[in-house]
Parts: sequence; C-alpha cells; structure tokens
Amino acid sequence: MLQAPYINSAPSVSTIMLKVLLALVPGIFAYVWVYGGGVLISIALATATALLAEALMLRLRNRPVKPFVTDYSAIITAWLLALAIPPLSPWWLIVVGTLFAIVVAKQLYGGLGYNPFNPAMVGYAVLLISFPALMTKWPAALEIAQTKLSFAEQFRYIFSSVLPGDLKLDAVTSATPLDYLKTQLKLSHEVASISEAPLFGAVGGKGNEYVTAAYLLGGLYLWQQKIISWHLPAAFLGTLTLMSGIFWLVSPAHFASPLLHLFCGASMLGAFFIITDPVSGPTTPNGKLYFAAGVAIITYLIRVYGGYPDGVAFAVIFMNICVPLLDAHTQPRVFGYRQ
Amino acid sequence: MNALVNFAKIFKFHGGVHPPENKNQSTQLPIGQLPLPDRLVLPLRQHVGNLPKIRVATGDKVLKGQLLAEAEGTVSAALHAPTSGMIMAIEDAVIPHPSGLPDKCIILAPDGNDEWIEHRPLDWHNMERKAVIAELRNSGIVGFGGATFPSHIKLRADGKSGVHTLIINAAECEPYITCDDMLMRERATQIVQGILIAQHLLGAEQAVVGIEDNKPEAAAAMHAAAVGTNIQIKVVPTLYPSGDARRLVYLLTGQEIPHDKRTTEVGLQVFNVATVLALHRYLDHGEPAISRIVSVTGNVGRPQNFEVLFGTPLHLLIQAAGGAKANTTHYIMGGPMMGFKLPDDDVPITKAANCIIASAPDLFEPPPVPMPCIRCARCADACPVSLQPQELYWFAKSDNFEKARDYKLFDCIECGACAYVCPSNIPLVQYYRYAKSEIITADRAKEAADLARQRNEFRLQRIEREKQERAAKHAERAQGAKAEAEKTPAPQANQYAASKLAAPDADAAKKAAIAAAIERAKAAKAAAAQTGETPKNIEPTSSAVKQEIAEIDARRKNVGLEDKQGAASGDAKKVSPEADAEKQAKIAAAIERAKAAKAAAEAAKKEKGE
Repeated sequence: MLQAPYINSAPSVSTIMLKVLLALVPGIFAYVWVYGGGVLISIALATATALLAEALMLRLRNRPVKPFVTDYSAIITAWLLALAIPPLSPWWLIVVGTLFAIVVAKQLYGGLGYNPFNPAMVGYAVLLISFPALMTKWPAALEIAQTKLSFAEQFRYIFSSVLPGDLKLDAVTSATPLDYLKTQLKLSHEVASISEAPLFGAVGGKGNEYVTAAYLLGGLYLWQQKIISWHLPAAFLGTLTLMSGIFWLVSPAHFASPLLHLFCGASMLGAFFIITDPVSGPTTPNGKLYFAAGVAIITYLIRVYGGYPDGVAFAVIFMNICVPLLDAHTQPRVFGYRQ
Repeated sequence: MNALVNFAKIFKFHGGVHPPENKNQSTQLPIGQLPLPDRLVLPLRQHVGNLPKIRVATGDKVLKGQLLAEAEGTVSAALHAPTSGMIMAIEDAVIPHPSGLPDKCIILAPDGNDEWIEHRPLDWHNMERKAVIAELRNSGIVGFGGATFPSHIKLRADGKSGVHTLIINAAECEPYITCDDMLMRERATQIVQGILIAQHLLGAEQAVVGIEDNKPEAAAAMHAAAVGTNIQIKVVPTLYPSGDARRLVYLLTGQEIPHDKRTTEVGLQVFNVATVLALHRYLDHGEPAISRIVSVTGNVGRPQNFEVLFGTPLHLLIQAAGGAKANTTHYIMGGPMMGFKLPDDDVPITKAANCIIASAPDLFEPPPVPMPCIRCARCADACPVSLQPQELYWFAKSDNFEKARDYKLFDCIECGACAYVCPSNIPLVQYYRYAKSEIITADRAKEAADLARQRNEFRLQRIEREKQERAAKHAERAQGAKAEAEKTPAPQANQYAASKLAAPDADAAKKAAIAAAIERAKAAKAAAAQTGETPKNIEPTSSAVKQEIAEIDARRKNVGLEDKQGAASGDAKKVSPEADAEKQAKIAAAIERAKAAKAAAEAAKKEKGE
C-alpha cells in the first residue's frame, strides 16, 4: 500500500498557531504597560467570543469541533482584532467584530484554510465602517494622559460606559499620531511643528512606539522560528519606507518621515502578524513580495490621501482579492523548464 | 553538447529535506550471507518493461545462473536461477508490489548443491561494443537503485550513445537505506571495475561518482579504489532527494536536464553503484544477476545488510537480522520517504528490494487526521522540482485535472518531501498519484473517442456524398418549383444535413419553413385578436410568445449542437485537418443560414402580424 512518506517533520498547525500567539505576548505586555490593563479585557472577550462562535459554527456545519477549536487559529484572529481596536471601547464592540470575523469571514467561507480574506481585518473593517466614532476613540498613553484610569475603572467603563466622577471620555482619549498628523496637515501646519506635540515620541507615537517595537521583536521571533518567511515583512516595511521616503524627501514639510510611518499605526503588527496570514495570502515568493508591496502602497496612500488615518486593514483586504492573480502569475520556474 | 563538465563545484538544487538519517543502525555489521532457502519464488515482473519469456518448464532441473526467462521485446530483462535445483511450479504468487496483487512467478526448489553453470566471462575490451551490449541482454541486470530499468538499454545497443559523462549514483539519499554504502565500503574495487566497463561501453570520456557526505567510509573506499583511473569521486551534501537522477546530475554538473529530454540527450548517463558492479560480475566473471544487497533495519533485533538471492522469502531475511520485535506491525520495502507497505512477510526479495524496514507504531507514528491546507507553502519550499505542491493538491482535490497538468503535475517525482514538511499532515503524494492516474485514464479514453469520432466523420461524409448524388438526380425535376420558392423568406434550414452543395435539397426545407411561418402568423393573429392589440412587451403568457420562446429554444439547441460538434472536430484536428476545416466551414455556413432564416422569419412575422 502506498502511504509514503511515513515520516513528517513539520510542527502541527496548532504548534504554528501557538507560536504566533506567543510572539504577540511581548506586544501585549508593552500595550498593558503603556495603556493599562483594559486591552486584556478586550482580548479575553474576543477570545471567548471567537471560541464560542467557532465551536457553534463547526457544530452547525457538521464539522468535528475539537480539532478545529484546538488549532488556535480563532484565538489569533481574536487577539489581532483586540489589539487593532481601541481598548477603551464598550464590550459589545469587540464581540460584534469578533463574531463577524469568525462567523462570516471565516466559517461561512469554509473555516480554516478556506477564507479568502483575513478574518481579523474583515472584522476590523466592519467595525470601522459601522462605528467610526467609537473606533477612533483611542486612550491616551498613560504617560501623557491627563487622567489615568485604573484597571478597575477601565473594566467598569468597558462594561457600563461609566467613567469615574464627572470625567468626560475626551479626558482619557486622544488622537493617534497618524490622526493628529492628518488633521494638522489639513490646517496647513508643517510636519516639523506638528511632531512637537506631546503625542509624539522618539520615532512614533509616545508610548505606542514601545508597543510597535515589541511587535517587531515578536515578528523576528516568528521569522527565526521559520513560521513566517522574510518576504512579506521585508517587502512591506521596505516599500513603506521607500514610498514615504520619496514623498518625505520631496517635501519634508508636508509628509511625515519613513520612521514615523514604520512605527505608527498598524505598520509593525501588519508587517509581521497580519499580512503574514498564510491562508489569505499568496504562496509564491514573488507573489509575497508583490502582495506586501501592494499593501504598503495602499496603506500609505490611505494614510496620506484617504479618509482614514490608517489603512492597513483596507489595504490587506484589497490585496487579498488579488491573491489568486498574484499566485497564478508568479509561478516559479519549474526544474527542467526554460523561463 | 560535448563540452566536458567541470566538477569543481557542487550545485545545490532548490528545496530538498534532511530527515533523520537512521543509517548507523544497519552499518554496524558487514554484509551478511543467508543460508540457502527451501524455496525461491521468482516473479517474472522484477523490472520495468515486458514480461520475459519463460524458457523452462515445471520439473526441469536448473543450475545456478541458468537462464529461466529471456528478455522479450526491446524493454525487458532476463531472469536466472539464483541457485541450482528444480522448477516446482510456474504459478501466481504474492509479489512485493504496491498493489499487493499476485503475479506470475517461477517457483524453484534448491537442491542444496548450489552448482553453477559454466562461467563464460567476456573479453569485452576486445569485443565490439554492440556485441557486448547484446550479450548484456541476457544478464538480467536492471537498475538496482530501485528503478529496475533494464540496463542494456541504457547502454545503447547502437553503440552511438553520444554520452560524454558517466554519472554513478551513490547518493543513497533515503533514510535507513545503507545497501550501497556497505557495497562501496566492502567492494569498491569491483565497483570501479564496473564503472570502467560502463564508461567503455558508453564511450564516455569521464566518470564521476556522487556520494552524500554522510558516507565518509564509502567515499574513502571509493577514492582509494579509483586511484589510477580517471574516475572522480564527488561528495555531495546530504539532502534528500539528491539520489534522484536529475537532481544528482544538477548537483554534480549544474545542468538541468530539460523536462522533455532524457539524460542521454545532453550527453549524460546515470547508473547506480550496484548496477555497475553487476556489469563487472557478468562480463568479467560470467555471473548473471541473481542476488543483491538488501538492508534489513527498523524494528528488528540486529539491523544489517545481507546479500540475498532473488526469490528468498522475506521472513528468512528478518530472521537473519535477529527477528522482528514484538510490536512490529508490518514491513516496508524501500525507505520511509518513498517505500511501500508489503502485504506480508512471505513475499520474495526481488531486484528492486534495496531495503526492508520492520515498522512499528513507535518507529513511524500513524499519521494524525489531516487538517485543511493553510497555504503555508512549506511544501513549495521543500519541492526539489520547484513545483507548487499546494496548488497541485488543490487541483487534484477538486478534480481540476487540466489545471494540475498546467502546473506540471507530471514533473512531480513523488519524492514525498512536500508531505514530509506538511503541518496539516495531508497525504499529498497520494493526491498527485490519484490525479496522474485519472489524467492518464482520461487521455486513453479520449484517444479512443477521437478514433471513434474520426470513423463516424468518415461515415457521415459517405452518407452525405451518397445523398448529394441522389439529390443531383432530382434536381431537374425540382426546377419548376424553384421560382415560386425564391419569393418566400429564407428557409428554416435543416442546418445539420444541408450543405451549400445540396441546393436542391433546400426546396423541401423551404416549403416547411413557409408552412411554419404561416403557422406562426396565424397563431400571432389569434393572440392579437384575444388581447385586442399587438403583443408587445407583455408578460410571456400569450400562446404566441410561448411559441416564440419554444422556437428560440429549439434554435438555440440546434446551434448548441452544432457548436459542440465544432469543438469536437477541433479535438480531432491532429487526426484529419482537412476534414476538420471542411467541417468548420460547413458549420459556419449553417450558422450563417440559421441567422438569415431567423431574421427573415421575424421580418415575415412582423409583416403578417401587424
């Protein structure tokens, strides 16, 4: 009987997913340190929702529940979404986003391995379009916040939308650097003066740049573990640098530096954790380069010219559409064939 | 073409994997010998090609090395008695084949004397190459690396090989297998003799031996034995599947054999070490191929290599290796990457049997339930042919065979590297084998259908020719009716039968068309009377509209039928291009006529209806 090969060297799907979760841990630590523990509540809510939704959908679809719930892929979606939305949001926001990501973007397309779009980004896009006001209420980093909320206060706000005393939400939130940059540029301020605002740190948003650096660290771990290949992050960060570098060199007063673009918004999270989703991404080496470059270009264009401060989610979803095309046209030369 | 290769460099091929080697277990002891078995079962099918023709009968006494069956046709190999004894039967028995099906075997009962035929070494140095190669047809030598392709064919009987470089495959890249390793350690001098023979017969100017770097003893022995010859010994990195001929050629020469060419077409030929040694035994000692070295390893007491007579039952071999451990579940022939499960331990050792692994659940874990493909592309990174295994899997799974072919399914060497690195444990190779066999079956069916279609086309042509001849006779009689027919709209032609040559035949059709038009007009009038106005943009409920829809459907069907036949004749292009062109012209004409008829009929209807 033909069953060969009888041996297998690969880590299981669960192990791969678990390592991705592990790689997110430094980022989450930094997040808690910079913004307080509220994000942990989002992560817990998202995880519980994702697992329940996944199990329910598998049951409805008549699929075995256990192997798929324990592959941890739903948890990755949950964590990425929780890290992508403002941590001081009402509890139902993350629940709705996660439900949409798991039920519609993942399970309705056939579950693990069959979703053409990155589920976390679909969930994010749905929330951004449906609840734009909530999705732009980012808490200020504790370092620069006028009022620092304790974990308990954050907890109470998430579940009951009640702030301590007579605090207004504006007292604990602030614009993100990309958002601030955009509005100030529209008011004809120059980049140099804008980035003197207390919001900005050494390379990115004050405080937030540590979170971003921690994502970079986790991403390098994934690369070292051969969970992701260098193509996607390198092409994404490279293209983003190139694109923002050209604009910045031409007119440094009106365009932010590449460093700011790399360390603001979802750049690092996107480079190592979002565009590296294998299921919804391309498989050929060149396809990966084009895909990541495309995401970077669209992200930059949305940031600079679009209606949203950041554009990773839309860029990823758009490039997801192009994946079959990219794969088909970037087939490597097969051994024994001339190009 | 004849540029000699510089072997200074090793060229790394894309992909490849490095599984745990597990070769040390079976290299601790020298090559062992087995006691003579009571019974040898010699399958006729031990090589690629035609079954050999049996030259003995039940009850015959044979000597060791005597010809039992001779090569039949071009691609075939002879079979010899591994020891002296009596032919007990010629019957079906279970053979070591992935199918597990029985096949015809010669059963030999050894007499215990092990008495040789007269040895007839050949003076191959001084013989014509052609004559030597013709002699090799009776040697029973096949590719002992596992491919079992008859060797005399690879030496080219025409004496014009065009081969400048002989490559000796001693990579032995599969885990567990050590038969070539031990052979080189113990019999390097004989191997070198064999290489010189093959080099001479091919007229190859140079010879190079490729050995993986996990066999330093073998490489050293070969180096020592090759002193004084122009044979080069090259150590290549241990990377599965470096023992695949095309991969080895690339490693050593940097040349990619084009996918549609054989190695000989670029001046290279590849032989396995054991095969060239067999050439030496046959030509210098007059000993045909009657035994081989087999690694017995895995879940056995004392893993070891043995020199085994073909036809020896597997259980004797296992016994000699210290017996199988208690938890042994089955035996694998070949390595863990490409081997297959044997039906039982009674199967005979054949020319292809390079390694037997006793398998146990703790040795090879039963594969877990496959998960969906997550498109991680580890398989693409591992594929030594630079295929996209994840795409091939997808196409094979969805029975999208044409796409699978486009993505070069048939260049897959089924080495299993993709499945070895798959996190989802998908049995990828099995999907590829399935798709390949489906495509081959479909191709055969298509060939048969093409032939049938070609016959049918000739038949239809004949029928039409006869019809035209008949029609010509009636033509004059139809002249009178023609003038009248010309006033009426173009006919609802019988597209299939009518051709532009068959003008007289159109007469009847025209009449039918007129009748049909009148019918339609009547119906339309009736409908108009019912509704009190001309039917326009109303719900398609009136009988007139229904009828029109039915007619449109009918026409569509008609044209659709024609289309299908058009496509079909396109398929048959290579068979009869003229018939095809003619047919397409006919179809085009028929479609044109149908369009004209439709327009005219509609015009007529409007006139009469409004």
